[in-house]
Amino acid sequence: METVLALVIGALYAAGLFMMLRPSAVRLIIGISLLGHAANLLIFTIAGLTRARPPLITGGLTTASAIADPMPQALILTAIVIGFAVQAFAVVLIQRVVQIVGTDDLDQMKTTDS
Amino acid sequence: MNVLLILPLLIPLSAATLSMFTWRSRRTQRVLGVVGTALLLGSVLMLLRSVSRAGIQVTQVGAWPAPFGITIVADLFSAIMLVLAGITGLSVAVYSMVTVDRARERFGYYPLLHALLMGVCGAFLAGDLFNLYVWFEVMLMASFVLMALGGERAQMEGAIKYVTINLIASALFLAAVGMLYGVVGTLNMADLAQKLRDAPRLDLLTAIAMLFLVAFGIKAAVFPFFFWLPASYHTPPVAVSAIFAGLLTKVGVYALIRVFTLLFVQDLGYTHTIILVLSGLTMVTGVLGAVAQNEIRRVLSFHIISQIGYMTLGLGLFTTAGIAGSIFYIVHHIIVKTNLFLVSGVVYLLRGTFELKNLGGLYSSNPGLAILFLVPALSLAGLPPLSGFFAKLTIVQAGLQAEQYLLVATALMVGLLTLFSMTKIWAEVFWKQAPAGSNAAEATGAVAKRGAAWILLAPIIFLAAITITIGLAVEPVYLLASRAAEQLMDPTEYISRVLERSF
Repeated sequence: METVLALVIGALYAAGLFMMLRPSAVRLIIGISLLGHAANLLIFTIAGLTRARPPLITGGLTTASAIADPMPQALILTAIVIGFAVQAFAVVLIQRVVQIVGTDDLDQMKTTDS
Repeated sequence: MNVLLILPLLIPLSAATLSMFTWRSRRTQRVLGVVGTALLLGSVLMLLRSVSRAGIQVTQVGAWPAPFGITIVADLFSAIMLVLAGITGLSVAVYSMVTVDRARERFGYYPLLHALLMGVCGAFLAGDLFNLYVWFEVMLMASFVLMALGGERAQMEGAIKYVTINLIASALFLAAVGMLYGVVGTLNMADLAQKLRDAPRLDLLTAIAMLFLVAFGIKAAVFPFFFWLPASYHTPPVAVSAIFAGLLTKVGVYALIRVFTLLFVQDLGYTHTIILVLSGLTMVTGVLGAVAQNEIRRVLSFHIISQIGYMTLGLGLFTTAGIAGSIFYIVHHIIVKTNLFLVSGVVYLLRGTFELKNLGGLYSSNPGLAILFLVPALSLAGLPPLSGFFAKLTIVQAGLQAEQYLLVATALMVGLLTLFSMTKIWAEVFWKQAPAGSNAAEATGAVAKRGAAWILLAPIIFLAAITITIGLAVEPVYLLASRAAEQLMDPTEYISRVLERSF
């Protein structure tokens, strides 16, 4: 399972970076969100996959290895919420940029570069 | 529960909330801006005093013991950074009263300013890596909106680069945090420090350290990750530029210093050598970029980059003297850089342009302003007796002790080129004759009113006074910085204070 997820994460990173390198601003957003998903999935996988053992300690169960680690899931949940907000902002920003600059071609947005 | 540790978060939060409630009254929001940041400065000064007297202060939020709950911790380094955030916040809040235009004030400039300060303070106080990530996001979110607020074309172009590169850095940071959790099984920094010191040397840990270096390096604008900074920092209004230039990249430097003194010290020969090399390249590329620029704020933006090199240089040396030099340099730099941007804003109000070739003759029309520019400019270049001289001196001495002669020579050369840049601005903006056809006499409405002019100049005079004071009273500041460096180099107190279970 870890191997499959590792490949998925790699593919997500690759796709995200590829999309970010496209000149279109909309693809940039898609790339950013793919990158965020890849990072979340990475945390999920690297902390260890434990199947069907929820982190609820019932009577008699004391060893830590018998249950899933709830911590990475809490981290991911927070990261997803933050990522959602940031991506929502990015979408609005892109919309304003396209309105004001008049194009979604990122190659034409370099008047402020030095 | 130590109240002093909570106040730097609570004050900006309350000020932001109150500013939202008084959405319609710009006057109330301005007053709240100044009062809120002044209270913040007061509270962090008290925190610095208490940390300096009683040692590292820790609060476990919700009384959950350390590796499990959320830890808020302030050592001397954090407290110094908080004071700098307070000083910058107050100066910019005062300056904003006359420079930020009506539309921006109506669309939430002040709540965002407070939110930004809250994020910065939170990052300085965070005791575990995931909270550091969350505070980074709070800070970034506020800075994104401040960057784009106003909707001018240049701002939009700057914002899209700024937002993109910061989101990439955040994704890398998050991935690094996740990997570190996977390897060590904790994210509390004190707990991590303890476990990593006992752990065998692992190549995987070095890889994770490099991920952190890239993530924070992007935020700190270290070579080769700095291209976003000169493309975006000169686009928003000057008050926003000033607080970004003063504080935000330094949060990245803070995180670098924290992580590479507390956590990743297993493979010094590898990680810290890379930091040294990057520092040298950062200094050189930054200053060379500045030489090529002909717009005040772009010149100053490139100088941020070259100065970041000095700060990470001290970290790369990894001696107590080096870290002390870095901290001293940060203190000097934040104050001076904020001030230079504020001065550039006054120049813009007087002449309506940032372009060097269209400026001139300000020395004859506004000699006071010219002197106020010279103080931070010469300090940035490192002329005695101003703060920059001693900041560079401590770094250079630490470099000589560590026998990094090439880097010391680079640092001195970069200092010389900085002086060249500053004299270029001086000559073009203040000294030469005003170019024919420029609207020299035409002051904008904001400066025409006498009261408004004093509000503009007050923060500039305040910051210049701090620069001179640091220059004249080096010893207490240097002692403070070296005590903070000792705490960073020997984290036993940090670890034991955070992990003690007495409450």
